[in-house]
Amino acid sequence: MSTVEEKSQEVTEEQPDDATPVDPPEPPPATEAEPKGGILPAFLIGIVASLIVGWVVFPQLLYSKKRQPVDFNHAIHVREVGNDCAGCHYFREDGTFSGIPKLDKCVECHAEPIGISREEADFIEKYVATGTEVPWYVYAKQPPCVFFSHAAHIKMGHMECATCHGDIGESEHARVYQENRITGYSRDIWGHNISGYTRHTWESMKMADCARCHQKENVHQSSVQTKKGACFVCHK
Amino acid sequence: MKVGRRRFLAFGIGGAVGTALTPLPWKLMDDISIWTQNWPWTPVPPKGVVSHVNSVCTLCPGRCGITVRKVGDRVVKIEGTKGHPVNDGGICLLGLSGPQFLYGPSRVRSPLKRVGKRGEGRWEAISWEQAVSEVAKRMGELRAKAEPHTVGCLLPEDRGSVAQLFARLLTVYGSPNVMRRPSIEDTYEMALYQTHGIIGRPGFDLQKTTFLLSFGSGYLQGWGSPVHMFRAHSHLLSNSCRVVQVEPRLSISAAKADRWMAVKPGTEAALALGLCHVIVKESLYDKAFVDKHCQGFDAWTDEQGQKQPGFKELVLGNFTPATTAEITGLKQADIIELARNFAKASRPLAICGRGNGSVPGTLGEFMAVYALNALVGSVGRSGGVLALPEAEYLQWPAPEMDEVAAKGMQQQRLDGAGGDKYPLARYRTSYLAALLKGGGYPLKMLLVAGENPVYDLPGSTELKKALADIPFLVSFSSFMDETAAMADLVLPNHIYLERLEDVPPVFGLPKPLLQLCRPVTAPQFDTRHTGDVIIQIARALGGGVAAAFPWPDYESCLKQVLGGHFARLHKDGYLEGRVPELRFETASGRFEFINTEYKAKPAYTPVIPQGDKGVFPLVLTGYDSMRLAGGAVADSPFMVKSVDDTVLKKGDVLVEVNPHTAGQQGLAEGDAVVLATPAGRARVRVHLSHRVPPGMVAMPRGLGHTAYDPFIGGKGVNFNELIAPVPDPVSGLDAAWGIRASLTKV
Repeated sequence: MSTVEEKSQEVTEEQPDDATPVDPPEPPPATEAEPKGGILPAFLIGIVASLIVGWVVFPQLLYSKKRQPVDFNHAIHVREVGNDCAGCHYFREDGTFSGIPKLDKCVECHAEPIGISREEADFIEKYVATGTEVPWYVYAKQPPCVFFSHAAHIKMGHMECATCHGDIGESEHARVYQENRITGYSRDIWGHNISGYTRHTWESMKMADCARCHQKENVHQSSVQTKKGACFVCHK
Repeated sequence: MKVGRRRFLAFGIGGAVGTALTPLPWKLMDDISIWTQNWPWTPVPPKGVVSHVNSVCTLCPGRCGITVRKVGDRVVKIEGTKGHPVNDGGICLLGLSGPQFLYGPSRVRSPLKRVGKRGEGRWEAISWEQAVSEVAKRMGELRAKAEPHTVGCLLPEDRGSVAQLFARLLTVYGSPNVMRRPSIEDTYEMALYQTHGIIGRPGFDLQKTTFLLSFGSGYLQGWGSPVHMFRAHSHLLSNSCRVVQVEPRLSISAAKADRWMAVKPGTEAALALGLCHVIVKESLYDKAFVDKHCQGFDAWTDEQGQKQPGFKELVLGNFTPATTAEITGLKQADIIELARNFAKASRPLAICGRGNGSVPGTLGEFMAVYALNALVGSVGRSGGVLALPEAEYLQWPAPEMDEVAAKGMQQQRLDGAGGDKYPLARYRTSYLAALLKGGGYPLKMLLVAGENPVYDLPGSTELKKALADIPFLVSFSSFMDETAAMADLVLPNHIYLERLEDVPPVFGLPKPLLQLCRPVTAPQFDTRHTGDVIIQIARALGGGVAAAFPWPDYESCLKQVLGGHFARLHKDGYLEGRVPELRFETASGRFEFINTEYKAKPAYTPVIPQGDKGVFPLVLTGYDSMRLAGGAVADSPFMVKSVDDTVLKKGDVLVEVNPHTAGQQGLAEGDAVVLATPAGRARVRVHLSHRVPPGMVAMPRGLGHTAYDPFIGGKGVNFNELIAPVPDPVSGLDAAWGIRASLTKV
C-alpha cells in the first residue's frame, strides 16, 4: 500500500517539472485532494456488497416466478387415484412413459367438477369445457440434447420416483415454477441453492448428477475417450 | 464521505474478490453455455411421439439390420439392430448417414425428362404415366424392328425380386443383356462352382476361426458385409485368433493384423500356392479330408483317357519356397513358418479378394485359396468356408417367350460372358466402356437401376463418352448421381427407408439370411417403387410381355414370391436359413482341386498393369476405407467430413507416395502433381507415407463425385477415372490390381 502511495506522491511532485519553462506556470489542476485512508473499509464494502449481490440479489434476478396454470394437489390424487405415482404417470404397453397426463386422463374423473373449490371450477371452465390441454410448466424438463428414458431407470434400474423427483407426491399445492431467464429451464435443474450444494439426489438434475449415479451403478462406463461413462448413453 | 479514486478502486477490487466468492460467475457461465445451445437456428429434433421401426440398410451390399428412431414422421436417427445376425447393434458411417440421404438435396423429386444437351442438367418434370409410356414406346419400337437384344440393363446385383423382375422383363422382351455390378462375388461364385459344382456363394464362419489368413482382403475396410466383419474381428480378437494379412500396402487391415506380409503387388496367388507346397511337402495337410472328399490331388485320367497332373504335382513342381520367395519378395523362412502355423492351427481359414472386393480378380487365385482351405480341411466345417446354394424363393418359373424374344435371347451377350471365349463368366460388366464402343452390336437403350456405372465402373472417363452415344439412357436412381445426370429419363425409385422389398442373402455370411426392407416413413417426393414401374412398363408393352407380369402391383408380386415367408419376415424382419451339410455336385461328386470338366485350376496368373513402363514409371493402386463409400451410393456429407486431411484437403485428394520414390521424383509433402495413367489424368497432391512400397502410388476409392450436391460432389478425384480393366485370361473377369502411372509436378 505504502509503495503505491509513495509512487503516486512522486508523480505529483514531478508534474511541475514537466511544464515548459517558456510558458507561465499554470496553476495545478483543480483536482480535489485524494482522501487518505478508508481504503480497507471500501475494499470490505466491495466484498460485502458483491457477496450480497452474488448470493441474494443474483438469484432473485435470474429466475422469474410463474404460477402453474392449475394449483394441483398431488397428495389428494395419490390418495384418490391410488397406485402411487403410476396411477397417472404410467408406462404404456409398448414400454414408453406417459409423462404428464394429457387432459383426457384428467377428464376420466373431472368431467364434472369434484367439490366446490374455486380452483376446480376454473379448471373445468378453462380446460375441460374447452378441451384445451393444460400448459403445465415442467420442473424436470431437460434440454433437447439429453436423451432420457424413464423405462431404463424405473423398469431396468429399479429406481424409485422419489430418487429424482423428491416428495412431490405429497405436495398439496403446486410449487411456484421458477424459470431461468437465460436458459429458459426450471430452477430445479440447477437446484434451489444457488451454490449448487445439495443434500438429496432430487435437489438438482444437472449432468454431474446423472453422471455420479451412472458411475456408481456402472452404467456403460465404456468410453474410450473419457475412460468414464459413454457420452452416447444420454447424448444420442 | 468522498469516494475518491483509491477508494473506488479498493471497492472494485473488493467487489471482484467478493464476486469470486459467490456462485455468480460460474452459474452465469453455465447458463450462458446452455443458452448458446438453444439458439433458435440450432437444428433440434422436432417434438413428438418417439417410435422405432426395424428395417434393413441396403446402402451397401452389407445389409445390416437397422433400428430407425423417429419423432412423429421424421426420421431422426439410425442405429444398428441389437441381436441382428449381420451386425448385432453395430453400424457404419454410411448406415448412420441414412437421414442425410433421405432428406438431402440430391434426391430426384419426380420423373424427369432431359430437355437440354446430354449431361447439361436441364430437365422437365413429367408425370409417371408419361415416363412409363415413353420407356415402353422406345422398347416397343426396338422390338418391332426385331432388335430387342440391343436393350441392356445394369443392376447392382441379380438376386432379389426387383432384379428378378428386370431379368424377367428383358427375357420375355428378348434381350440377354442383364448385367450386374462387378465384384469378387463373380470370382467366388465361379471358384465355388469349379470346386464344389454348386451354384451359390461362399459363407465364412469367421467367429469360430482360429487363424485367419487374408490375401489382401480389407476385412476392416468394407470386404464382405462390413459391419459383420467388424463384429467378427472382435470375436477373433477375444478368441485369441491369429490374423495374417498379405498385402503390399500397410492398410488398416494389415495394421490391425498380428502379422503383415508385404508381398509384391499382384503376387498373392503365388504365395497361396507356395504355402500349399510347404503343406503338401511336409505332409501337414488334412489327409482324411483330402482322401475322403477331394478329387484331383493326385494325377488322374480324364474322360478322354488322357493323363492329367494332380494338384500335388502342380505345387510341388512350381512353387518351392525359393521360387515363391522370388515371386513374392518375402523371405523363404517366413513362407515356411506361415505355412506351418496355418496348417497346424485348429480351425484355419483363408480368404481373398482385394480391398473391399470391387475388383473380381483372377479365378486361379481364388481357386488357389480354395485349395489352401481344402488342404487344411477347412471346407464345409465350422470355422471354415461353407457353400451356400441360392435361396429357393428366388428361383422363379421361366416365363413363356414369343418368337421375337426367343430370337433375341439367342443373341450372344454383349459382354461375351458365357460365350466361346469366356464360357465360365456370367457377367463381364467391368468392360462396359469398351463394349459400348466396339462390342458385337451397338446398345440402343440402357436401363440403369440401383447402380451408378459412370462413377463406379473402371475406366469411367471412357464410359462417360461411350454412354453419351447410347440413344436412350434410363436411370431409376433416387439421387441425381453421375449416371442419372447423363440420362434421357430419370424414374426415381423410393429410397430404402421408403420402400418394401425383399433383401436377398448377404455375401460372406455363414448362414443364408433372407430379410425384408420395410418403409420407415412415407415417400418424401413423387417417387415410385421400381418394382411397380417394371410391371407398368411390361403392361404398356402388351402382348406376351404383359402376360408374363400378372401382378397388379409390386407388393402383390412380392407377397406371392415370398409365399409363407412373408408373414414371418414382416414380423421379425429376417429369416435365418440352415447351413446345408457338406456336399459336392461336381462330376466326381468331390471337392475338385482341378475341375474335371473345365480343367480350371489353382494358378498364379501374373496380371500386368496396363501402360508403358517408360512413360509411366510408377504403379497406381486403389485402397478402401470405412470412411468412404466406394460403391454406387455416394459418401454422405457426414462421411466426407470424417476423412483425414492426409486423404482429402480443401477439395484435393492426396495420394500416398513412398518418401524414397518422392525423393527420386523430387516431390515433397503436399506438392500438387498431375497423376497420369493410360486411362486418364488428374490433379492430386502428394502425401509421403511409408505405408506404400517404393514405386507405388496409392489413392483412396470413393472420392471425386461430380454430380449429387455440393456437400458430396467436387471433393477429390474418382479413382475409376484413372484405372482400366485387365482381363484374367481364364475367366475374362477384371483382375486389375493397379495401372501404370506417372507423377508430374505442376
